[in-house]
Amino acid sequence: MSTSPPPFSGPPRDTARLELSGITKRYPSVVANDGIHLKVAPGEIHAVLGENGAGKSTLMKIIYGAVQADAGQIQWNGREVVIANPAEARRLGIGMVFQHFSLFETLTVVENIALALDEPFDLKGLAERVSEVSQRYGLPLDPQRLVHSLSVGERQRVEIVRCLLQAPQLLILDEPTSVLTPPAVQKLFETLRRLSSEGVSILYISHKLHEIQSLCHSATVMRGGKVTGTATPSQETPASLARMMIGRELPVCAVPAFAGEATPVLSVRGLSHTPDDPFGTALKDIALEVRRGEILGIAGISGNGQAELLAALSGETTGPASTVSLAGTPVGHLDAGRRRKQGLAFVPEERLGRGAVPPMSLADNATLSAHGQGLVKHGLLRPKAAWAFAKTCIERFDVRCGGPGAAARSLSGGNLQKFIVGREIMQKPIAMVVAQPTWGVDVGAAAFLRQTLIDLSREGVAILVISEELEELFEICDRIAVLAEGRLSDAVPKAQTNAEKIGMQMSGLFADAHATDREPDHAAA
Amino acid sequence: MPLLEARPTPSTSMRLLAPLIAIGLTLAVGSLLFLSLGKSPVEAFGVFFIQPLSSGNGWSELMVKAGPLILIAQGLAIGFRARIYNIGAEGQLIMGALAGGGVAIAFDGVDAWWVLPLMVIAGAIGGALWGAIPALLRTRFNAQETLTTLMLAYVATFALSYMVNGPWRDPEGMNFPQSILFGDPALFTPWFEGMRVNASLLIAAFASLAFWFFTSRSFLAYQLTVGGLAPAAARYAGFSADRTVWLSLVLSGLTAGLAGVGEVAGPVGQLNLNISPGYGFAAIIVAYLGRLNAIGIVLAGLLMALLYLGGEAAQVALQLPAAITGLFQGMLLFFLLGADVFVDYRLKPRPKPAYA
Repeated sequence: MSTSPPPFSGPPRDTARLELSGITKRYPSVVANDGIHLKVAPGEIHAVLGENGAGKSTLMKIIYGAVQADAGQIQWNGREVVIANPAEARRLGIGMVFQHFSLFETLTVVENIALALDEPFDLKGLAERVSEVSQRYGLPLDPQRLVHSLSVGERQRVEIVRCLLQAPQLLILDEPTSVLTPPAVQKLFETLRRLSSEGVSILYISHKLHEIQSLCHSATVMRGGKVTGTATPSQETPASLARMMIGRELPVCAVPAFAGEATPVLSVRGLSHTPDDPFGTALKDIALEVRRGEILGIAGISGNGQAELLAALSGETTGPASTVSLAGTPVGHLDAGRRRKQGLAFVPEERLGRGAVPPMSLADNATLSAHGQGLVKHGLLRPKAAWAFAKTCIERFDVRCGGPGAAARSLSGGNLQKFIVGREIMQKPIAMVVAQPTWGVDVGAAAFLRQTLIDLSREGVAILVISEELEELFEICDRIAVLAEGRLSDAVPKAQTNAEKIGMQMSGLFADAHATDREPDHAAA
Repeated sequence: MPLLEARPTPSTSMRLLAPLIAIGLTLAVGSLLFLSLGKSPVEAFGVFFIQPLSSGNGWSELMVKAGPLILIAQGLAIGFRARIYNIGAEGQLIMGALAGGGVAIAFDGVDAWWVLPLMVIAGAIGGALWGAIPALLRTRFNAQETLTTLMLAYVATFALSYMVNGPWRDPEGMNFPQSILFGDPALFTPWFEGMRVNASLLIAAFASLAFWFFTSRSFLAYQLTVGGLAPAAARYAGFSADRTVWLSLVLSGLTAGLAGVGEVAGPVGQLNLNISPGYGFAAIIVAYLGRLNAIGIVLAGLLMALLYLGGEAAQVALQLPAAITGLFQGMLLFFLLGADVFVDYRLKPRPKPAYA
């Protein structure tokens, strides 16, 4: 992963493929882009680096014509253009692969591609072109397969092939690796390098520093809607890039040892479950054990049973009593409210709409799960107690907001996550399940959250973390297991494994025969 | 290019303004309507909104109409907060009236204090049971209550028609589809000589107070609201979705059933095919116009009652068709739903020329 990109060998760089100057976009509450300058040469792989909320996505949408800038110019191959809409962008030769795919599950690959073309087509001829392009760029894809049967990685290939069919001169990829296993990431990079050598410029949006270092020729770093620097990634260190990105040193977590007795608290045995959702993933004979004072991490790409396992742990789906137990008591048959009373806390992946009710105040949202903490008496709400609870939570967990009366949806992702984690911790759980603790959270809040979880575990709480971010798991966990295709590997102490081993397991744990070329089936619905 | 864009947060002032805007637009379009019919809007609105309130009896009639509307709307609002859409309150009202009326018929001639209370209890149970059927269908078979409640409203209409044409038909009623006239022990006594307003209004008043307390203070109502705003959050918190459905439908059925007894033991005084001028449906408008808030519903119920009275007055004084009431109710709901869009959205400013 630390190999540097091949030397840049595109056509002469005097005429930029794309040049932005002074691009500004204001939204009612925030200036998303403030006088952005950006220059991409033909064949250049250019990283746009920044935290969540830095304005990367807005900038890409402006280039793709999905959003109109308030001010500034766009030069395309030396000529000033106005990109009024995405169709216009595609006519110019700009393709974009979005972070969230827009595919119809019940249609085939070729039908999905046909829908997005701006020109007339015949399905048979198109299918041949799809096969041809996908083979040429090392993106194996069967045009006749139905999209719902494709893995997330394969779906991304559909999106990329869809762009490539239009022979783009510039390809924009928004956080493309967040849904890929490490081997699939390497394959994607090979494809992108080949495109680059053919003269296609690539704008690569990411916050993963090592990826940018191994792939990109140059980088523009954004922070708070402004460009804070440009760099040649191969000549930088992750620390220096991070400094540009967040404006200070990358925070590091302190991981002390646990002194107490590591007795098992949360254990799962023989958990199998077939979900009602036909596109869900069945859980197959899951077993795990989380002990006092440790954080157990579960790695894997979403859609491999994560949602189903979380629901089975939280009590949103119930099963035989013996499958889940908490401090020795079987709780598999109890619903979420009853498990919480037994000392299980839960932080879900979706903060808005699940972990918190979006239009309700933080005080009201305290009552959502902490009603057992004296916020309800004789069936009546105690608004003052809820207010005080929320206030304590806000102060103790450094939640930046307008106070306990602020609506949950007015908070940034990181601050809402701090509130939810804080609310769960204040219920003094004996075990806590946390899904994607720092997903979409800025670096500062992510570091705070990670440290909070470590500290909580060292106080004797058993913590289970499910995350797609391998680095995060290696930073905070004591042991790591992998969930792939609904099966869970044995948990291994972090020191006895590494990212490559885990990555191999993620891409098909028990299917060694074709492990190299296949990601697990079924994406999250 | 879409005309609307989402607001960063829903507008509170718009939420309160929307009913006023809807009323204003209804009046404006109503004026055009009167003009096109060759009536002076000023005179027409005088007939519609002032004349009904110019006498003591007018106020009494206002209360007679507002009572059931408010009572039903309070019950419906509980369910609407939880996104459980009971649109068949008319059916639950009829079943309540049938159950209460059945008691009156069974004990006809018995002069005892307990006849009326028994009717009220029977009516509440009748309405609640009729609301429980869609609750069962929803929780057992996932049948949408929007459809089942409406269909059961038609079933209830036919049940009423069967009873007053068959078993409960007044033998001396010259074959009219109606029951015997109830005796005094089975009727609410009017408060004032010659006026129809009676103690059943107290049921609506008490229900409004109770629901105000329930919605603002109880943990149960909080759970219902969470279930409506964010179903996944309710599951996460461990609130029972089935209980939400049962509670919403049984409570709203119960209040509609009470309203039904109030009619047959009050202004109507018997079972016949005209026990409700569509109160169960109009109450849906009342609930939304009142912002699903107990106090708002009282105000909205009074306005809707005035529309009923105004419609009647307009028939007499202006020779307008009876459909005028429905027309005004419909316009009010239409404009309210339109204005409600602006709670969460606002007009998009015209795109300024980019890259100037």
